[in-house]
Amino acid sequence: MKFVEEYRDPELGKKLLERIHQRSRKHTRLMEFCGGHTVAIFKNGLRQLLPPNIEMLSGPGCPVCVTAAADLDKAIALSQLSDVIITSFGDMVRVPGSSSSLQKAKAEGADIRIVYSTQDALSIAKDNPEKSVVFIGIGFETTAPTVAASILQAEQENIKNYHVLSLHKVCPPIMKAILDLGEVRLNGIICPGHVSAVIGSRPYRFIADDYHIACAVSGFEPVDILLAVDRLVEQIEGDKPMVEIAYRRGVKEEGNLPARRLMDTVFEAGEADWRGIGAVPGSGLNIRKKYERFDAEKSFEIKIAPSREPKGCICGAVLRGVSTPLDCKLFRVKCTPESPVGPCMVSSEGSCATYFQYEGTNGR
Amino acid sequence: MCLAIPALIKSIKGQQAVADIEGVTRDISIQLTPEAKVGDYVLLHTGYAINIIDAAEAEETLKLLRELGEAADN
Ligand code: SF4
Repeated sequence: MKFVEEYRDPELGKKLLERIHQRSRKHTRLMEFCGGHTVAIFKNGLRQLLPPNIEMLSGPGCPVCVTAAADLDKAIALSQLSDVIITSFGDMVRVPGSSSSLQKAKAEGADIRIVYSTQDALSIAKDNPEKSVVFIGIGFETTAPTVAASILQAEQENIKNYHVLSLHKVCPPIMKAILDLGEVRLNGIICPGHVSAVIGSRPYRFIADDYHIACAVSGFEPVDILLAVDRLVEQIEGDKPMVEIAYRRGVKEEGNLPARRLMDTVFEAGEADWRGIGAVPGSGLNIRKKYERFDAEKSFEIKIAPSREPKGCICGAVLRGVSTPLDCKLFRVKCTPESPVGPCMVSSEGSCATYFQYEGTNGR
Repeated sequence: MCLAIPALIKSIKGQQAVADIEGVTRDISIQLTPEAKVGDYVLLHTGYAINIIDAAEAEETLKLLRELGEAADN
């Protein structure tokens, strides 16, 4: 595939690795924020190929994993209402809430349909005018504009029975929250590639300016990631943290302006609840008042009991980069991708699922 | 979740486009990339183009990478 194969070239990868080995001297701790990067790093065995002074941590960048149990409980409660069809991306239906999951609710008779795109959810709404269709909106700035677009389309086409439960989250505030917690000392951050395709690279400037931490926006092929690490090593060795884009074919400094505008038209920033981290101000996207008739939280009366986390699951610590899945007693024993206990094992991009699949082969 | 793959725009009708993804044809929305033209590659995420791939920048990056490689050889 064009724009993919070139960045899998083992020769280029080897040269970059040589360069990194030659130049990296300081003890360096990097965090890849995005779950997609975690998978790419493990799949390509990059942790093992990097010099031993470079330590890689995984961050909270898996939207499914960070969805709080209480928010899942809301989705499950919605699925129990009569004449409601729930539409959701696939990963989400298996994530455990406090006592059930959308998958269990479906097995018990709720109408829950997996969709690939909000376009499919809109079609279901059009085909079922007598029902209410609720889309479970999860995802970061990569996905939020597509959901905003669907709400505007529903308005334009007067699709009155389409609603969104917005559990969307944005990245810069959670990065700040993790840095402010001070639990992990980082020298550099591999910034998410497709979030940045939308928001650009400027929102990360505070990380370099205020926290003195190097930043590089990376693509998802092995050469992309090694280039990002190379840029970070350069910044760290020279003690000059800044924000570099190591994914120029996909990311502009200013991001995608039409997508940002659309997201801004429909959503406003608000507090969001992160699994294992708690409420983080400004890190969520709420549907604006103007579009509240599409807001599932405003359109339906739902009551949920106080939420509970799965017993023994340390997803929260894993998402903060404080622990690895190997520190969890349930890992591989009681918690597997077939029978996941926590969300980090459900999503294919969750750290626990990634460790499960690759640890021992390529992990370090 | 934030996965996006390159897709080649074959034709455009309003905010919808037909795109080729490794030989498979799909209808996609270009609502978020109103400037996309036939022949452009876009990053496709959950049925929407979220950005236009900058072919010149891609070329530039590869050139830079080859130069880095040569520098490491010396
Ligand atoms: S291995 Fe399972 S139980 Fe342990 S932290 Fe990961 S998801 Fe939670």
